[in-house]
Amino acid sequence: MTRPELLRVAGVTKAYPGVVANSDVSFAIAEGEIHALLGENGAGKSTLVKMIYGLVKPDAGRMTLRGAEYAPAEPRAARAAGVAMVFQHFSLFEALNVAENVALGMENPPPMKALAGRIRAVSAEYGLPLDPARMVGDLSAGERQRVEIIRCLLQDPKLLIMDEPTSVLTPQEVDILFKTLRQLASEGTAILYISHKLEEIRSLCDEATILRRGKVVATCTPRDRSAREMAELMVGATLTPPARAGGTKGRTALEVAGLSVASPIAFGTSLRDVTFAVRRGEVLGIAGVAGNGQDELLLALSGEVRAGRDTVRIDGAGVGDRGPNERRALGLVSAPEERLGHAAAPDMTLVENALLSGALRKRLTANGFIDWEATTAFARGIVEEFDVRTPGTHVAARALSGGNLQKFVVGRELLQAPGVIVINQPTWGVDAAAAAAIRQAILDRAAGGAAVVVISQDLDELLEISDNFAALNEGRLTKARPVAGLTIDEIGLMMGGAHGMEVAHHGH
Amino acid sequence: MLRLEKRPSPSRFWQGMTPVLAVVLTMIAGGVMFAALGKDPVEAIRTIFWDPLFNAQFASYSRPQLLVKAGPLILIAIGLSLGFRAGIWNIGAEGQYIMGALAGAGVGLAFYPAQHWGIFPLMVLAGALGGWVWAMIPAILKTRFNTNEILVSLLMVYIAQNILSSMSLGLLRNPEGGGFPGSRNLSQYPSASNPELIAGTGMHWGVIAAFMAVIAAHILLQRHILGFHIKLAGQAPRAARFAGVNPTGLVLLCMGISGALAGLAGLFEVAGPAGQISIDFNVGYGFTAIIVAFLGRLNPIGILLAGLLMALTYIGGELAQFMLGLPAAAIQAFQGMLLFFLLAVDLLSNYRVRLGAKVEAA
Repeated sequence: MTRPELLRVAGVTKAYPGVVANSDVSFAIAEGEIHALLGENGAGKSTLVKMIYGLVKPDAGRMTLRGAEYAPAEPRAARAAGVAMVFQHFSLFEALNVAENVALGMENPPPMKALAGRIRAVSAEYGLPLDPARMVGDLSAGERQRVEIIRCLLQDPKLLIMDEPTSVLTPQEVDILFKTLRQLASEGTAILYISHKLEEIRSLCDEATILRRGKVVATCTPRDRSAREMAELMVGATLTPPARAGGTKGRTALEVAGLSVASPIAFGTSLRDVTFAVRRGEVLGIAGVAGNGQDELLLALSGEVRAGRDTVRIDGAGVGDRGPNERRALGLVSAPEERLGHAAAPDMTLVENALLSGALRKRLTANGFIDWEATTAFARGIVEEFDVRTPGTHVAARALSGGNLQKFVVGRELLQAPGVIVINQPTWGVDAAAAAAIRQAILDRAAGGAAVVVISQDLDELLEISDNFAALNEGRLTKARPVAGLTIDEIGLMMGGAHGMEVAHHGH
Repeated sequence: MLRLEKRPSPSRFWQGMTPVLAVVLTMIAGGVMFAALGKDPVEAIRTIFWDPLFNAQFASYSRPQLLVKAGPLILIAIGLSLGFRAGIWNIGAEGQYIMGALAGAGVGLAFYPAQHWGIFPLMVLAGALGGWVWAMIPAILKTRFNTNEILVSLLMVYIAQNILSSMSLGLLRNPEGGGFPGSRNLSQYPSASNPELIAGTGMHWGVIAAFMAVIAAHILLQRHILGFHIKLAGQAPRAARFAGVNPTGLVLLCMGISGALAGLAGLFEVAGPAGQISIDFNVGYGFTAIIVAFLGRLNPIGILLAGLLMALTYIGGELAQFMLGLPAAAIQAFQGMLLFFLLAVDLLSNYRVRLGAKVEAA
């Protein structure tokens, strides 16, 4: 490469009590380079970018930016030096409009009118259509991400860090994002791109640094490697894709008919006349862009939101008006998308979190009194069987990395011998190896006779594990179709296209 | 420069140590304040913490007072702590305490002068019921109309106070009291009295009820699924709904328990140490119990200790005013310091304090 070097990280080490998150990590990014950071959960990617963004201070090692010593004490210093970051979880206020949200992230926001003008200019320049006057609560996930990106671009960054940016986008939206990123790179902005989607990295990135257990294990040029090869470098083992047992399908276990519920969430999407059925041994994949009723569908199936008795039937019994535990008793388990705060209580230990949904089916209580011994054994079983990386079952759920907590939550539900499984985003933020393990576990349960509903925004995942495919669009569910023979175009149409974005996207 | 760093999990060591550290810090800061007022700090601290229990001259009076004062505080605080854990804020224990006393005393006085062993148990039941009913009003308003239980339960205190005045001047007034406000003295009516059970200790049925409540709450929170659901609802309401907790039921349950326990405390007080219904019967136990609940970290054992400590500073504070001529404001400031330090050092259980850029061993 002849491009001048922008950032060099040399021998950076960071240890937390009990874990070395980064050990002697070195790599360099040139100006205008799109550099991928790859690694399993807990490999130290987040810690590394947090150090670059000034959120965490390294214990040892040094960083240089354009040859000068670079040690940001806080994100403000990093931003001043030209480093910007788009986080995986957006930090936006739904009740404020786009321009107000952007202004909140700036040190010296210009007057609203001028700012709105600049937002329009930047969004036109980079092909990211965005109206500064719109309320963030009304935006799709893809549009919200654009708010974050434009917020960064207004600072005219030299280095843009993106943490798993495509996990909430439709295929069409991903294309738009990639065009923008390539344009930025051609103008000399370096991009540090964190993702688990290896095909994306192969099509987008110039260089890749692969981390395993806090250490750099390889650097490579993604275009020259296969996704499989990179995944194996990342995991340090050979990967096997999930095996499908083409077993016979049994009778209908979950039946949803004419389900309409108002969303209990502010700015949520109400469900309208949702109808589907899943047989034993069958996996129904439900796609859709974030915010089209996925959360609401999970709540209505898990029993947290109730509807008419016969709108939801488990093995023929109407349970639409029953709560979560009555549905659990009939064999339905569910795993919500939001791990901390919904699927798990952040400040409670893993043992307590195992009790949270497992009390009934695992018979962890007698006359209401908790059998802590059995609960601990159950939690240990989850940790072992689903390879949850944790110092023990006594740690708080919030101490686990996102992917490890996801494994715990999914494992907790799958280990309850369920008859019906409902999972929203089973592998969100989970690395390739763990995702493969989770998908395999889901398929194994289906092969064992469970009816499975997987709600996901990862199309590859749905196509890999589903028998039937349907899409949620503004609270309505399309008719389920067999996966075999579906084309990407048909899927895109089921999902409602790109929400009118092709029209807005022009010029570049 | 000091830096705070969030611990991955709360430290068990500091959760236990912070109250001790807070008491020590209060003694130091309070000592400085007493010295600035021209008093001997060591003597002042000793008068507050030591003399009420061990001074040969005063202990015979003040030692029993410890349980008399701590009993209702602990009983009420235990009930409140369950709600607080679940994120249900009953601020109106004072009103529930009054209504429990009125209901219990009313039942007792209705039987006057009959003698029967069943009268006192009936009064206990009525006391609990009175507090429960008073707490159900904000609870039902909350679950039905989504009103704020903090405001409603607090305002119900003032209604209860006016009912108390009306009762002590009207319906429950002692007909042989020469027109003075206040009811008959229940402590002189054996079937309805709550006497000191062991002479010189201050132990009465209310204190026993408080100890039983501590044990029951401890078991509930440690071993029972209901206690787990209470904690879960407070920490992660959405996770609680996922776990199948019914928020409406939880509000009714927590408000009901705290109301009933506050009502019991009122009944035991009116039938025992206070003796009669009077206009100024309530002395703020219901409000102080909120402080006790938080001092005790919403933990039953902690509340037991916090109730005793709180009672001690009240008794010792009075003694210091009386013996050393310390102004009442200085005693209140001292109690304020205790609260401040307890809440301030609580930070240590969730955060690690680091000095400058130096890195401590983990």
